[in-house]
Amino acid sequence: MQQNSIARLGNTGLYVVNDLGRMGLYLLQAVQGCFKRPFRFAEFLRQLHFIGVGSLVVIFFTAASTGMVLGLQGYYSLHKFGAEGMLGSAVSLTLIMEMGPVLTALMVAGRAGSAMCAEIGIMRISEQIDALDCMAVDPFRYLISPKFLAALVSVPLLTALFDVVGIAGGYVAGVKLMGVNSGSYLEGMRTSVTNHDIWLGVVKSFVFGLLVVWICTSRGYFVHQIRGAGFGAQSVSKVTTQAVVLSSISVLIFDYLLTAVLL
Amino acid sequence: MNDIAIEFKDVEKSFVREDGDRQVILDKVNFTIPAGKTTVIAGGSGQGKSVTLKLVLGLMQADSGQIFVAGRESTNSRGRELEELRSHFGVLFQGSALFDSLTVFENVALPLRERTQKTESEIRAQVLSTLEQLELLGHEEKFPAQLSGGMRKRAGLARALQLKPEIMLFDEPTTGLDPVMTQEIYHLFARTQKQIGYTSIIVSHDIPKVFNLADQVIVLYKGGMDIFTSPEAIQWSQKTHIKEFVKTTMGEIYQSHLVEQ
Repeated sequence: MQQNSIARLGNTGLYVVNDLGRMGLYLLQAVQGCFKRPFRFAEFLRQLHFIGVGSLVVIFFTAASTGMVLGLQGYYSLHKFGAEGMLGSAVSLTLIMEMGPVLTALMVAGRAGSAMCAEIGIMRISEQIDALDCMAVDPFRYLISPKFLAALVSVPLLTALFDVVGIAGGYVAGVKLMGVNSGSYLEGMRTSVTNHDIWLGVVKSFVFGLLVVWICTSRGYFVHQIRGAGFGAQSVSKVTTQAVVLSSISVLIFDYLLTAVLL
Repeated sequence: MNDIAIEFKDVEKSFVREDGDRQVILDKVNFTIPAGKTTVIAGGSGQGKSVTLKLVLGLMQADSGQIFVAGRESTNSRGRELEELRSHFGVLFQGSALFDSLTVFENVALPLRERTQKTESEIRAQVLSTLEQLELLGHEEKFPAQLSGGMRKRAGLARALQLKPEIMLFDEPTTGLDPVMTQEIYHLFARTQKQIGYTSIIVSHDIPKVFNLADQVIVLYKGGMDIFTSPEAIQWSQKTHIKEFVKTTMGEIYQSHLVEQ
């Protein structure tokens, strides 16, 4: 019994190491695919539209809601110390350095990441990816790399939009509803936000975009090799859930690590 | 031209199941597939038919042994070498593996667009000509989901033939088709093989219909294999597992067209 448990533990350990290796090679091939000719510009634009334009509505509403809640919560806390004038800097710093990149990545993982995982997973189980391989067409260049590039371009842009809408939401809640002075809101933001803070937000959004597209597409790509995923439609549904959960957790872990290293 | 299209030498392949047990699929298998002829790979479920195809295509790696394609060793090929190897092959997958977000035309044109320098008008002419030969003209703007099973197979075959392959691999090509359509698909294979002259490898459990096409039949069983050069040889075999295979797939009364003649 004890021996069985040890064997299972060993098997799981080997599986995890194997999976990580597979993921590493996958990332390498996806990056290589970005530089291979012919470049699929039309597919890149299609993915840019799908990930970027398609996520605009959800990003807009999440950002507006987050910004307004931050405005109200910030006002409530700062009012206790008579420091309502700091609301602009509190809202903008929170959004630019933290909430913007994280929430954008989580929204993209839920909306576009799940769809990319399911699409590639279905292509894998219906042998469409094998068909590409057999035609000597590199599936990374053809299928995966345009998604990588589109995510790396669109996630930072969506994050920037999130920040702008969020700050505007904070302005509406703090200035228009709670009566904070408009000048102090804007001036607080202007004086407290440095280039370094914006840079931190950009680096985070870039890394999170990479994590989301990497994990989501690779789960779909390896759907047939993922232990416990089962077969057919069920396997795609399981790995899609797994992709969203894994990419979300990775975003949160990397958020802490990047903050600790770059702050 | 090499007389042997594909050769397996002592090829072994096994899988480790989730419970940790090892399942041997191919156990030191040896066979050759003659060029320009039709070889049928038969056997029950899970006996390694599809694994054999995937090993030939380099979609899977053998645990040991050697695989030769057109006289060149292809075992463990990677990168450009593997791409070059695959350029010899055309494959018709069990489910046709058409790209479901592309139209029939785009599916058939894909290998030409990705692998050749042809202009769009040359590609259009070649694709429409193939579609006409395979009686798919008028359906080129349809998506795979809008086609019948037989039409999907023909569209898959049209795509596989675009780069004039030397070796065509058919993975269970008539699964899900009615007997009339099955017969039609086999006639189509014979016709296109005559035109292009490719080596044909058909993985099938569609026994005995597929035997009419075969110059050689390889029966896989429990990691091993037997080679027969005629359907009659299979029926006359005294091996227990072959007798059992014949009984379950053909019954006792099958006679091929050779005997009928």
